[in-house]
Amino acid sequence: MTKLFTRPSSMSDAAIPYCPGCTHGIAHRLVGEVIDELGIFEKVIGIVSAGCSVRSWRLYRFDMVLSAHGRSPAVATGLKRALPDNFVFAYQGDGDSAAIGLAELMHAALRCEEITVFMINNAVYGATGGQAAPTTLIGQKTTSYPSGRDPNYAGYPINMAEVIASVSKNSYVARVALNNIRNILKAKNAVIRAFKTQEKGLGFSFVEMLSACPIGWQMTPLDSLKWIEETMIQQYPLGEFKVPKGLEP
Amino acid sequence: MHGLQILCVYMPRSCNRDGDYQPRKCAVGRLMGQIDLLSGNEALAEGAIRVGCRFFYGYPITPQGELFEYMARHLPEVGGTFLQSESEIAAISMIYGTAAAGKRVMTASSGPGISLMQEGLSHLAAAQLPCLIVNVMRAGPGLGRVRPSQADYLQATRGGGHGDYRVIVLAPASAQEMSDLAFEAFTLADKYRNPVMILCDGMLGQMMEPVDLADPTDPNQLPPKPWAVTGAKGRRRNLVLAAPYTDDELIALNLELKSKYASIEAQEARWESQFLDDAELALVAFGTSARISEDAVLKARMEGLKVGLIRPITLWPFPRQAFNALQKKIKAYLVVEMNAGQMLEDVLLAKRGDVPAFHFGLGGGWVPSTQDVYRELVEVYERKGTL
Repeated sequence: MTKLFTRPSSMSDAAIPYCPGCTHGIAHRLVGEVIDELGIFEKVIGIVSAGCSVRSWRLYRFDMVLSAHGRSPAVATGLKRALPDNFVFAYQGDGDSAAIGLAELMHAALRCEEITVFMINNAVYGATGGQAAPTTLIGQKTTSYPSGRDPNYAGYPINMAEVIASVSKNSYVARVALNNIRNILKAKNAVIRAFKTQEKGLGFSFVEMLSACPIGWQMTPLDSLKWIEETMIQQYPLGEFKVPKGLEP
Repeated sequence: MHGLQILCVYMPRSCNRDGDYQPRKCAVGRLMGQIDLLSGNEALAEGAIRVGCRFFYGYPITPQGELFEYMARHLPEVGGTFLQSESEIAAISMIYGTAAAGKRVMTASSGPGISLMQEGLSHLAAAQLPCLIVNVMRAGPGLGRVRPSQADYLQATRGGGHGDYRVIVLAPASAQEMSDLAFEAFTLADKYRNPVMILCDGMLGQMMEPVDLADPTDPNQLPPKPWAVTGAKGRRRNLVLAAPYTDDELIALNLELKSKYASIEAQEARWESQFLDDAELALVAFGTSARISEDAVLKARMEGLKVGLIRPITLWPFPRQAFNALQKKIKAYLVVEMNAGQMLEDVLLAKRGDVPAFHFGLGGGWVPSTQDVYRELVEVYERKGTL
């Protein structure tokens, strides 16, 4: 019997620990595929922190660190400053990066630390049961604002990719979506370009990934993918927001 | 009296673990040119550089400024990294990253900054990462003020953050010891894979004294750390985790930590004893309070009073061993602290029998004079037979 489709060799056989229809697994796979293809397995160090992806260190075979909620850009800074020849990436959720860890992410971006941050934006806190995130859309119902996000009461959603692009002078910044094959292929390209930015020492790299959370959104998996396409992308447009000098177009 | 005081101040000494008072031997014999006049903050910073620390992350706060700025000036000279972080939370997280990479790394802060670092400290303890945190204490609570204080004793010795963990806490009492204990701190941190804190105050930080600096260590010659994350090349992958995967693994981690802390308690307690052979009253004090108490004890001895001093050098593990031998002679303890009574709790746990322990001290940045301590000491001494 021949295996036609396997996990990337940088990934382990551990069970994917996510809910049905969640697209975290796609993001993990893209990171694993790119690490394989760039041949950087022996030099890569990944950092995860609190949130749905807290256990994702089990999915990879390379060196991993589990840090405090929101602090992974600062932990990545400490790692990269100590090991400038290694590849260091942080895998964050939207609460991790845009709420509790906003300062750490913002200042890593301002310093143009030569690290890569992958930010999963699913517009809710998934691990704790679907509460509102900074990225929750206006009107979106969550367990902490059951009647929907009222901007006059709970403020407006934050567009992290645009924010990072506006403050980080030397950086690669992109937003991608994991809702269909076309967008997933574009997402993989962004992951490649983020690691290339780090490889060439061109600065900070940041890829925001719009990701489905059917359980948190109280939708079917298919409706979730449709909601990303029809609603989320309206608030969070896709594309590259910043490309550093020296990275081919 | 004055002569004795000067002798006391100018005789740098090393810490010891057997309880005997041992002046640092080389200080007298060395040529004058090899002994530097340094502030405590500078001595600590230079000591850390000389023991191979090449990374410092910190956020400005008084009264640790000289230490921070010494590192900013001198770390680049030896190819080190100094980075001013956006907060103490970020600084301790950067430490987490650099310590995970297996490098010697430190920070310095004070009161409110140390409180912000407690999140990171708990994670460092869970992940068993070695590092040095210096708390140049200021008077709290809240923002407080910057006068010398020992108000963070309980925060430091009880772990400080959430969860069941301990931090090794060292308390220098001179510029010499600020430097010596920087060496000790990194050695202990690496040996036990545990965060170490040096607890001092602005008086020790800014007081200038002769310091006999140790010879520099080459950071590349330090013992290897096979557990560090450096990229999985030619080995199985390494993991640095602030949380295990399963409940059983968490129980196993806590048992491992418990047994590690027990061996630290058994092996690493350090203290200094003075005049305890025939003492009927023992003062117990650390850091700046110990320096002041030392003068008061000398004065008492010159007056013929049988008074001694126990100076804990490790605050955790607290040197309970120092109290074991004293059971029969001692009639009272007097704990002198620049706080409202914190180490007093450890003395009450360590002392044997019905011997009473009194406290002398205030919070709020109050620094006792030698006379203050002497008056209190005489009062307790005169009542000791009737207690």
